[in-house]
Amino acid sequence: MTTSEGQPSWATNALRWLSNHIKAIVLPIVGIAIFLIIWSFAASKIDTSLGKFPGPTAVATQVVNLYQEHNTEREKEAAFYQRQEERNAKRVAKDPNYVPKIRAYTGKETFIDQIGTSLITVMSGFAVAAAIAIPLGIAIGLSKNLNTAINPIIQIFKPVSPLAWLPLVTMVVSAVYVSPEPMFAKSFLNSMITVTLCCLWPMVINTSVGVSAINSDWNNVSRVLRLPSLVHVQKIVLPASIPAIFTGMRLSLGIAWMVLIAAEMLAQNPGLGKFVWDEFQNGSSQSLSRIMTAVFVIGFIGFLLDRGMLQLQRIVSWDKASANR
Amino acid sequence: MGQALVAGLCLSSSVVSVSVSAEELGYPEKEELKFGFIKLTDMAPIAIAYEKGYFEDEGLYVTIEAQANWKVLLDGVIDGRLDGAHMLAGQPIAATIGYGTKAEIITPFSMDLNGNGITVSNEIWKQMKPNIPKQSDGKPVHPIKADALKPVVEKYSEAGKPFNMGMVFPVSTHNYELRYWLAAGGIHPGYYAPHKGDTSGQIDAQALLSVTPPPQMPATLEAGTIYGYCVGEPWNQQAVFKGIGVPVVTDYEIWKDNPEKVFGITKAFAEKYPNTTIRLTRALIRAAKWLDENNNANRPEAVKILSQSNYVGADYDVIANSMTGTFEYEKGDKRAVPDFNVFFRYNATYPFYSDAIWYLTQMRRWGQISDDKPDSWYFDVAKKVYRPDIYMKAVQSLVDEKIMPATDFASLDGEDGFRSPQTHFIDNIVYDGTKPNEYINKFNIGLKAGDKI
Repeated sequence: MTTSEGQPSWATNALRWLSNHIKAIVLPIVGIAIFLIIWSFAASKIDTSLGKFPGPTAVATQVVNLYQEHNTEREKEAAFYQRQEERNAKRVAKDPNYVPKIRAYTGKETFIDQIGTSLITVMSGFAVAAAIAIPLGIAIGLSKNLNTAINPIIQIFKPVSPLAWLPLVTMVVSAVYVSPEPMFAKSFLNSMITVTLCCLWPMVINTSVGVSAINSDWNNVSRVLRLPSLVHVQKIVLPASIPAIFTGMRLSLGIAWMVLIAAEMLAQNPGLGKFVWDEFQNGSSQSLSRIMTAVFVIGFIGFLLDRGMLQLQRIVSWDKASANR
Repeated sequence: MGQALVAGLCLSSSVVSVSVSAEELGYPEKEELKFGFIKLTDMAPIAIAYEKGYFEDEGLYVTIEAQANWKVLLDGVIDGRLDGAHMLAGQPIAATIGYGTKAEIITPFSMDLNGNGITVSNEIWKQMKPNIPKQSDGKPVHPIKADALKPVVEKYSEAGKPFNMGMVFPVSTHNYELRYWLAAGGIHPGYYAPHKGDTSGQIDAQALLSVTPPPQMPATLEAGTIYGYCVGEPWNQQAVFKGIGVPVVTDYEIWKDNPEKVFGITKAFAEKYPNTTIRLTRALIRAAKWLDENNNANRPEAVKILSQSNYVGADYDVIANSMTGTFEYEKGDKRAVPDFNVFFRYNATYPFYSDAIWYLTQMRRWGQISDDKPDSWYFDVAKKVYRPDIYMKAVQSLVDEKIMPATDFASLDGEDGFRSPQTHFIDNIVYDGTKPNEYINKFNIGLKAGDKI
């Protein structure tokens, strides 16, 4: 295909494609650059009692520091295990009946360890919430009566600040979860349950709305075919409400991540929130830049979690358009 | 009668004096332990015992975890989340007599002497300064007494403004030290009346004391919520470093070589794991010795360890200010206080009954103990909480295994658990641990025999 002027349209297309992509790359870079300039300018103007507010270079330095600290800690860990083996060997030599045990490393958790802890906690809390909320949402969406019965409870619990749950959760876990050899640490359960309680509601509501809004033609088809109710859910309800379910899941995961950091700060449970709080308590000249670094990492992980959810939705859902935002 | 009881105590502790040889110490019953601490320099023995491998030498694998505040730490030890912790000396005592949370907590190891200070905000300092006599070089004469603060407090109360100050916990050393200093200067810090449900400690108060966790003190002062505070290091030096306040007096000047923190474990833990208890005490004793060895030669290294973010985490310079034998008052006014932090010398690690009794007298003085108690009651409580018997077993085995020389503990020979009468208080009142009720009656401000709120 060529135009009357002889200009090949592929060239126009290529140009358009190029300009679009340049835009997609250049504009964010320009945005970030402007942000960095404003940030470093503003930072240099703010004097705190712990020194200047950290600018981009201070954060970059801390990224390197935190990574090095992580490596140092891993070396210490290796030495720890080696010492332990030597000690065990000595004891076995002295006391042949002794069955040597290897005990876990007792050193501090590095920044990278804390990221891992937070990720595990948020995913566990989210998974538990999803396992409860999605079936519940479907049931509510299918049954008007159930909806009328449960709706007031959902409406009351939905706006509760997640952190109001934390003291209750802490006390209940301490009272109920008593075992000499616990499988999970109490602090993990506390954070996890708080996360679960907070990301339950958006998922329940979105799922039920999605289910109740299914095209009536499809319901009729199901009725004509006399599908058993489980098959009806599996073949009609689930596929039709997947976009709505995923919207709820994305909302929930976003909330879960924010709640978790706050819960960790408040309860001093391991994770990024504890890292931030410890640094605040330390009050060293590096503390603010370390907190700032954590803030970026928290934001970036939140972004990745959201993208991950979106990718999952693209794979699972038939309605590709709904996953484009 | 008091003397007879004291004699009884002497007997019980001398059973395990250094000269008696103990059987060989067995392996620890519990090897994986978790200890809590608050971000303060006097947690050093725990950090050093870990970093120098003293815990590992005992076959103990210890995880050390910073706690948010003293209440969380105490609850952690009581409910078993923590096996032991760096504690305020008043915590095991108060828990045992049931003030606050009731639990049986004991201490086989006293962590240090001194280490606290009282800081006021720049604004208060400006108002206090004209009331303080000057040295020939123009610097204020130390120790600064609360007499200089009294006119300031009076001005605030005339203006109808509350004079708020911070301390770290209702039964903390800091609460008693701040109260002691204020009362010695004629400022009433207020009474507690637990039997009436009043645990704020502000009855009749001229200065209103409230609780703030140690690391948050500087931030709270900066926010203007409190005008001054009493806290352990490095949070007084941090105020100087940040330029937000001026430490006016150290606890060394309020009571020379006063007992500070203890290492607390539950009585159940000590009974269930006797070897572990002795072994952890051994590790802590060795760490304390290391901290004071060769005239504090190891202190710079200790400061470096403490400034790690998982321990105290403040800057090296801030921690070093007090840990290396100096203390900086008003910015630029750095003075030598060689005994600001004592971890081992002067038998700092030995849990003296008389130290526990002093805390009890202060609890009675300020109404936390609402009724009169006979002297014998003070001795009984002290004996329940402070456990020199465990301490001496640890010492004995350290000496037997030639890990430490007997000369390190020579002055503990025949120790009866009572320090000789203490004469180094800012108000010159003498404390004799064998006569608690007599001591309580000596104070101008405070409850005396027969008083009840």
